[in-house]
Amino acid sequence: MSVNLSALAYLAAAVCFIFALKGLSSPTSSRRGNLFGMAGMAIAIATTLAQPGMSSFGWIVTAMAVGGAVGAIIALKIEMTAMPQLVAAFHSLVGLAAIFVAAAALYAPEAYSIAGADGVIKTASRIEMSLGVIIGAITFTGSIIAFAKLQALMSGAPVTFPMQHLVNLFVGVAIVGLMIGFCLNQSPELFWAMTALALAIGIMIIIPIGGADMPVVISMLNSYSGWAAAGIGFTLQNTALIIVGALVGSSGAILSYIMCKGMNRSFISVILGGFGAEDGAQATGRSDKTVKSGSADDAAFIMTNAETVIVVPGYGMAVAQAQHALREMADELKKAGVTVTYAIHPVAGRMPGHMNVLLAEANVPYEEVFELEEINSDFPTADVAFVIGANDVTNPAAHNDPQSPIAGMPILDVEKAKTVLFVKRSLSPGYAGIDNEVFYQDDTMMLFGDAKKMVEEIVKAL
Amino acid sequence: MIDPFIVDFTIFVLAVFVGYYVVWSVTPALHTPLMSVTNAISGIIVVGALIAVGTQVDTIAKGVEEGMTFSQVIGIVAVAIASVNIFGGFIVTQRMLAMFKKRR
Repeated sequence: MSVNLSALAYLAAAVCFIFALKGLSSPTSSRRGNLFGMAGMAIAIATTLAQPGMSSFGWIVTAMAVGGAVGAIIALKIEMTAMPQLVAAFHSLVGLAAIFVAAAALYAPEAYSIAGADGVIKTASRIEMSLGVIIGAITFTGSIIAFAKLQALMSGAPVTFPMQHLVNLFVGVAIVGLMIGFCLNQSPELFWAMTALALAIGIMIIIPIGGADMPVVISMLNSYSGWAAAGIGFTLQNTALIIVGALVGSSGAILSYIMCKGMNRSFISVILGGFGAEDGAQATGRSDKTVKSGSADDAAFIMTNAETVIVVPGYGMAVAQAQHALREMADELKKAGVTVTYAIHPVAGRMPGHMNVLLAEANVPYEEVFELEEINSDFPTADVAFVIGANDVTNPAAHNDPQSPIAGMPILDVEKAKTVLFVKRSLSPGYAGIDNEVFYQDDTMMLFGDAKKMVEEIVKAL
Repeated sequence: MIDPFIVDFTIFVLAVFVGYYVVWSVTPALHTPLMSVTNAISGIIVVGALIAVGTQVDTIAKGVEEGMTFSQVIGIVAVAIASVNIFGGFIVTQRMLAMFKKRR
């Protein structure tokens, strides 16, 4: 393939990727969009393989078959509740691939036409590959820590130590120093030293971030993986790679912004971490308040006599795998003439859109699922708010208590519904470590127990 | 002659703007599939890995008489890793999107 034809083919691939993202503006167009994405990838790979002088096809096919099979098996087997972990794992792979490609370019610059006859790599290319490898390394280890926290291989609690930010700053400065050194003399030792420190800083910046902030972390690492790809794209002077890097980078940045807004936290404060470290510190004075607790039969009675029920799902529903039982409950209620809708908070779950996928998995039609802005004004006229596995996102302290750690966070106004049913294991506070006054309202009934078992019992009672 | 970097940088900046507007138009309900599909298309980095594996370089000048250079070896690993992303990302996205149904 000639250089110009190749460039046009890569452009076509990039356009396909834009259509893939554009398709996600509605569920109906999204499946076609995904096919565009696959087509774009096929075009890009075919174009690369058609370059003059390509060889080693046996190795290439083997590597793609092995990697493809592993990816396909994981993708087909993974539980929908485990999507956050899977996405984190995939981010880490993008980072690792970026490290390897940058290293390959360093050791064989002539393959990428980025060096003169003497093997000296152009300064611009050195800068680009440094940025690619540093961001790639941070993405790699950062995503592994995020994966470990989400998979509960390590505690979701923030890990902090004295002088943490100072140490991070020092390492950051050292990385910049090594990068400047590498760009000046192209030394492989400096390249690997810089990579090693970037791997270390990737761990250091994610360990202090607590479990509740995971939606931001995943979005942020998504963004990093894009910028790493773009850095490599500049080294290779490949437009498809540059465009994809820019698309993914801005996508992750926008999601991070939406998640931060959903928690009313600044991006900086999430990055600095430590949120939720003082668990239960403000739960004092709880013992003198009384709660009304009820049984599944009570809940079934209240809901069958209601006209409208708004379900508020949270991470607890995902943990208990209660989405299928929940949909059965909704079906029974609908048979009894009750209108059932679902209200999703932007940061419900451990990643953006997690609840929507779980409800879709349980065959809940997407027309019944609403975002916070769309449904919040419906709570005052709703008969029942059925909160399952959510807590902080319903806590009116966000409105009423300016001292609260979640002050200013947009919340679902469940307390305005005539009756609030709260499915919860215990009265323990949420990730933010604060008590929820809705528990103690007169028109609130607590349904203590495992989310799935409780909902199944309600279905039986209906 | 414009430096090729400037051309690439122009493309990059424009692509950031395209990404910005396209991603804001994505419905919040599909934010998880958005992430998994960005994982899949990030697998485009396979292009760089393929070049590392498949481009013949003067192996004798590299001091390698036969067999593979270091770049080719890590290139093969990178091809496999990127393929996990490509296949895994597109398949899991397709699985999720197939679940979003209208009311019967």
